[in-house]
Formats: sequence, C-alpha cells, structure tokens
Amino acid sequence: MHQATSATVGEKPLLSLRNINMTFGGVKALKNVSFEVRPGEVHCLAGENGCGKSTLIKVITGVYRPGDGAVIEYDGETYSHMSPVTAQDRGIQVIWQDLALFPEMSVAENIAFHEVVGRRPRLVDYGRMRRIAIDALARLGITLDVDLPLKEYAIAQRQIVAIARALVGEAKLVFMDEPTASLTQSETDHLLNIVRNLSASGVAVVFVSHRLAEVLEISSRITVLRDGALVGVYPAAGMTQSRITELMTGKTFDQHVRARPKGDQPVVLEVRGLTRPGQFEDISLTVRRGETVGITGLLGAGRTELALALFGMLKPASGTISIEGKEIRFGSNRDAIKAGVAYLSEDRLSLGLIQPQPIADNLVIASLRKILSGGLLSEDRKRSLVSRWIADLGVRIGRQADAISTLSGGNQQRVAIAKWLATDPKILILDCPTVGVDVGARAGIFDIVAKLAESGLAIVLISDEVPEVYFNADRVLHMAQGRIVGTYDPRQTRLEEIEAAVYA
Amino acid sequence: MTTILERVKTTLGPEMAGPGLAFVAVVLVFGIASPQFLSAATFGSVAFQLPELGLLTLAMLLPILTGGLNLAITFTANVAGLTVAWVLKANGGVDAGVGIFIVGCLLALLVGGASGVVMGLVIAFTRAHPILVSLSMMIFLRGLGEFLTRGGDISGFPAFVGPIGHGSIAGIPVPLIVFIVCVFAWHVLLGRTKLGFNTYMIGSNLEATRYSGINTRKAIVLVYTLSGVMCAIAGIIMLARFNSVRIGHGESYLLITVLACFLGGVNPFGGFGRVIPVFVALVVLQLLSSGLNLIGANQHLATAVWGILLVGVMILRWVASRIKISIVRRGS
Repeated sequence: MHQATSATVGEKPLLSLRNINMTFGGVKALKNVSFEVRPGEVHCLAGENGCGKSTLIKVITGVYRPGDGAVIEYDGETYSHMSPVTAQDRGIQVIWQDLALFPEMSVAENIAFHEVVGRRPRLVDYGRMRRIAIDALARLGITLDVDLPLKEYAIAQRQIVAIARALVGEAKLVFMDEPTASLTQSETDHLLNIVRNLSASGVAVVFVSHRLAEVLEISSRITVLRDGALVGVYPAAGMTQSRITELMTGKTFDQHVRARPKGDQPVVLEVRGLTRPGQFEDISLTVRRGETVGITGLLGAGRTELALALFGMLKPASGTISIEGKEIRFGSNRDAIKAGVAYLSEDRLSLGLIQPQPIADNLVIASLRKILSGGLLSEDRKRSLVSRWIADLGVRIGRQADAISTLSGGNQQRVAIAKWLATDPKILILDCPTVGVDVGARAGIFDIVAKLAESGLAIVLISDEVPEVYFNADRVLHMAQGRIVGTYDPRQTRLEEIEAAVYA
Repeated sequence: MTTILERVKTTLGPEMAGPGLAFVAVVLVFGIASPQFLSAATFGSVAFQLPELGLLTLAMLLPILTGGLNLAITFTANVAGLTVAWVLKANGGVDAGVGIFIVGCLLALLVGGASGVVMGLVIAFTRAHPILVSLSMMIFLRGLGEFLTRGGDISGFPAFVGPIGHGSIAGIPVPLIVFIVCVFAWHVLLGRTKLGFNTYMIGSNLEATRYSGINTRKAIVLVYTLSGVMCAIAGIIMLARFNSVRIGHGESYLLITVLACFLGGVNPFGGFGRVIPVFVALVVLQLLSSGLNLIGANQHLATAVWGILLVGVMILRWVASRIKISIVRRGS
C-alpha cells in the first residue's frame, strides 16, 4: 500500500468548506456539507452518481454560488463564495472527465494558450508557448512532441496534457474527475505515479473515481457523500472496497461466489478454434444451459471482437460456432439473432440504445415481429409488451414515450437487457454490463443475470473488472492478446490469484 | 375533458404545436384583413395548388427522417413526367388511349423508383453523404432532361389528361384526392410499419439500429425508392396541371419542401417528425400565399413572407423550449 502523506495531521488545511448548501429548483443538491483538503495531500471524493460530487467541485471552483452561511477558507483567505476567475488565479484547477482540450491544436497550444493568450501585445509568441509546454511536461517527467496536433495522441497522453495545462497555472489544488475511466491498467499506474509526484511537490489533488481499488491505493483520506450530504471523512489506511461501497450506498452487500457446477446441462454454444488474425486466435469454449461463463482481460485483449464474431458482426477467418450442436455461419447479426444469440453492447450510449428515442421503441426494436398485428405494428401490443418487461426487470420509468436518455444508467441497462430478452435468446452475451451504472445498481443487474441463468439461458459475461466475473460467473476465462490464456473455477481459486494473472 | 385533450395531444404529437398555431394565426389575420379570405374561392385555389408542393414534400420527408436529404426530387418528378409524355407521344399523341396513359404512368413510377434505388444503394453501401449523392443525381437528371428535351416543353396530350390536374370529383379537386391518399399512405407507413419504425431509428442512430438486428441498408434503399416513387406521382400531377412537361418545372419548390418539413416540426437531423403536422404546415404556407394575393400583395412578396414565417417559428420554438425548461425546473 502506498501512502501519499506529505501532509501531516494537524497541519492547517489548504481548503476548508463549511455549511455548504446548494438548491436547484427545490431539490437540495448539497445539504450542509463540509469538506477539507490539506496541502499536498491526495484526497478522494467518493459517492454515487448524483450524490453531489460535481456540484461540490463546482462550488469550490466558483461555477455555483452556495446558499447563505457558506464559509470557504482557502489558503489563508475566507470567502462566502468563489468566482471562476478567483479560483483560477489562486491556483485551483479542475481536469474534467471530457478534458476540454482542442484535438486539432498542437500539444503546446493546448498546454500554454491560457498563459499566452490575452496578453499585450496581442500577438502569439509561439516560442514562449513551446517553452512553457515543455517545462510543464518535464515537471511530470514526460516528453511529448509539443508540435504535433493533440489528436495524434491516445487518450492516456491527452490526460497528461490536461494535467500539464493545469500545472502551468501554478496550481496548488487540482481536481481530477474520473481521470482513469478510459485508461488501461499500465496507463493508470503511470497516471497514479504522476499524481504521487504532484503530491510530493506540494500540490494537493482531489481525486474522483469509480474504481475503488485505485482510490485506496492513491489517496490518504476519503470523503464520502451520499444524497448531497456528508457521510464522513475516513483515512484510507484500513479501508476496504466493500466498506466504501457500503458508505456510498448506505446498503450492505455480501458478495459471494455464485458459481455452481453445470456439467450435466446440455451444451448450448460451442466454439472451436475461432480465429480472426490480429483480433483473436484459436478461441475454443463451451457454454451450457444455465451456465454463466465469464471472460475477463485488459482492454484490447480481443474480448469485444470475439463477442462481435459470436453475434455475426465480424467474420472469423477460421474456426466454427455451433449452437445446440448445429454448426452455424452468420452472414450478419440478423442471422445470429435468429439463431438465438443476443449481444448487449459495452457502448450503451452510441451502440446499445438509441438515446433520443422513446423507452418503448428501444425495448421493442429487436423484436418488432412480436408486435405485428395484421402486418402492421400495434400500439397496444407494444404497450403491453413493454409494460410486462418493465415490471419483470423492475425498471423505474416515467412514461413509455419518454426518451431512454432520461433514465439512469442502471435503468437504461435494464431496458437494454429487456430488449434482448424479448427476442427469446438462447445465448446472452453481456459486454461490460456495469459500465456507467452506479455501484448500488450493479448488484441489481447481477441479480437479474443470476435469475436469467437459473431460467436456463446460457450467458457470456465480459468484464474488465475481475471481481465482477469472479463473483457472478460459473467459470472465468482470462483473455490476453487475443487468446484464452487461463481458465479458473471461482470455487477453487482466490480472487487475488486471478487479478494477479490479469493485471500482471 | 383532460383525457380527451391528452389523447389528442398524444395522437398529434408535440410537433403539432407550431404548425397548429401558425394555422390559427393565418386564418385569423387574413380573415380579419380581407372579407373574401374565408370563402370557397380561397380554399379552392389552395386545394389546387397544395398537391404539387405537398407531394414533393412527402418525397422529401422520408429521407430527412433518416437523417438524409433528397435534392433530386423536382428533377426526378419531371423526368418521370417526361416518361409519360414520351409514351403518349410515341403512341398517338393527342389521340393516345387511356391504356397507353396508364402504361406511361406505371413506367414513370418505375423511373422515379429507379432514381431512388440508385441513390439508396450508393448511400447505404458507400456511406457517402446523402446531400452529395442526391446532388449528383439531381445534376445528372437535369442534364439528361435538358439534353433529351433541348430545354423545351413537351405538350399535346390527350384531352382526358387535363381533368387529372384540373377536374373535381364530388367537388373535391382530383389532385387533392391524390395528395390526401398519399398523405394517408405515408401516415400509415411511418406510424404502423416496420419500415417506418426503422426510418425513425436510423435517423437517430444508424449504428445502434444495425446492432439491434435491423437491416439498415435495405431500409435506406427502400426509403429513397419510395421517395422516388412519390416524386413520380408529383410529376404526373404536374404534367396534368400544366398540360406540358419541362425539365425545370417546379425547381423553386426544392428548398420550400425542406422548409415545409421543418415548419411541420421535423427534426433537421432526422429521427423525429410526423406526417400530419407537415400536412398542416403545407396548408399554412398555401393559405398565406393565397391570403397575400387577396389583399393585393405581390406574388414574390409571398415567398419572402414564407421565409419570415419559418424564421419566426424557429424562434417561437426556442422560446417555448426555454419556458418548458423553466417550468420543469420549478416543478421539481
């Protein structure tokens, strides 16, 4: 365990907030919250979506003005509210999840334009810009070609550019909103090292992340919010992931291994030697009736490509796919759906659901033939089909005609699952089903998965979070560089062993 | 009472508010300004003028709903019209029989459909932008038409063709009957068929629709084919009304059809829009130009007023959405 403790207990805090209230149209987004950051510490702000994390950050950076009675003490001065200009001048920086960078502009321009633009004479000094950028990157121990347009770099490097930009403004306090959400493990490790260096050089970092493992690794203290109220501030030492989850949700979860032997059940899906060069090689696996097979591995291991091949959207170069003993070749995903394969996309926003369209239409899109009546679509049949699934899967919705985008991640995912169940599948492939779903709602999704397996569905569960497959699958396959490199039985293997193999 | 209102609201959809209000406003303003406005004569002239623009607008509507556009509508219509004209000319001209005319119309529908099939295939398979593809088709058809007709008119049709453009059945103009049948067909197509459903879904997100197991290519090809067929129907009506065909007929309608769709609440990026509000929007546009005509305004001024009306509707829609947001905020 690393402990970033350049801050000593009892030292005067860099930032201290008291009595922070925030109301939006009658809804209390923050209720009497207090928050404190010490100089140079790495502090984690934890809570479910909608708990008030972002609102709190926006109060600190002056985007929102808190209710009366608020006290904001920062670096020796007291404010009743911040303004964006003051916050920036005094060294408070935020790196939002979307980074707010300019992909078409060069790295140097992205890092230094705040410093260079707005000065007189109104001419851009490119030489100075480059020097500022190179200096800022050097502070992070990184070298990038500052003349290249940013779009040439991958997301991990862009993240670093965003951090470098924050440092140019002589930051004392940096907020990072889900900085590791789209990074691989090695990139994440690298980023965490940068955060440690920042902390060692006296910059305080407030870290917002869903990934509790890295929260525990990097931060010295954790502030937990729930429903806009402060739950408490806890030292990271001695904390566990499940304890944080409990604090965040106010519920207790007992995670237990759900794996059961399914060897006596008939084989539903059989894959032999499936290969698509450069994406996956020589994949063989079987999934039985009622069995959940987990596939884990790092991003880019070929998991999604394999799933798309099973769903008829990528053509394998060699190897066979058989369903209930019959070998099948898919011309398109329509053939796969007809054969009883359903695929829940990992990208719910742009591939899984049609965000602006109604909940009802999203639910019936894959099974339109069921709501035909005399060759025409029947509104009544649609309504009753949708009502049934909404009730079955416990989806909370307003009206069926509301856009699916109005639902929370967890409810959207339930609709997406219902959409596929409505096609009467034999095999359900779930590709990262908890992406963008709150910690509290994840358990609900896996309860549904367990029930589906019990009813006889064959399930392939893909996830880059090893615990998810460990606790919810009957067997765990480890994929790396397009191959299956390990098979584990959760009842006979410890979670840590699998994690060590995957993250090695 | 509220339930009836609620039901009317859900059947018509939120798109109805704009054109509905515009309709009421136009009827009120001209009803007061000119005593002759609310007369059978006004509605007669609207009833004869509406179908040409209306049929072309229906042809434009389907591609827009998929997030595309069909810029070739007017030339497709006229090339289809030319097809009828040539079939008539080659088979006796003024003396051609009804059978020949029907054959000509069927061929015209085929030609219109073919123009759509080609565009649909190119758009669906190459993912080229519909604006570019239909622009190419538009230029091709115009060039082809001008080459074949030397840019002139073709006229001299049998006498029975005229009533299709000018005649009435039970007091209702024949073109209007054709148009209303087509509006109904589109209404059913979009609201009650798989193709209609897929059209909306593709307009919002083509990839997600494909991932849901919809044959998006087939749907796109069908959409452009139907658009082409609708153009051909418009072409036949135009032939009958003008009693002649020229490749440039109705060219100025092209962009008006796009604007009529937007006035009818169709989302310019696809995915949302209904037929009935578009129909009402078309009626408003025609009433407006007839009304201006009545109070003695210049015909060209009418076109300018259409432009102002459309901008006004866009602004009103923005204001309405702001009010809605503030109501929702206060409510929660």
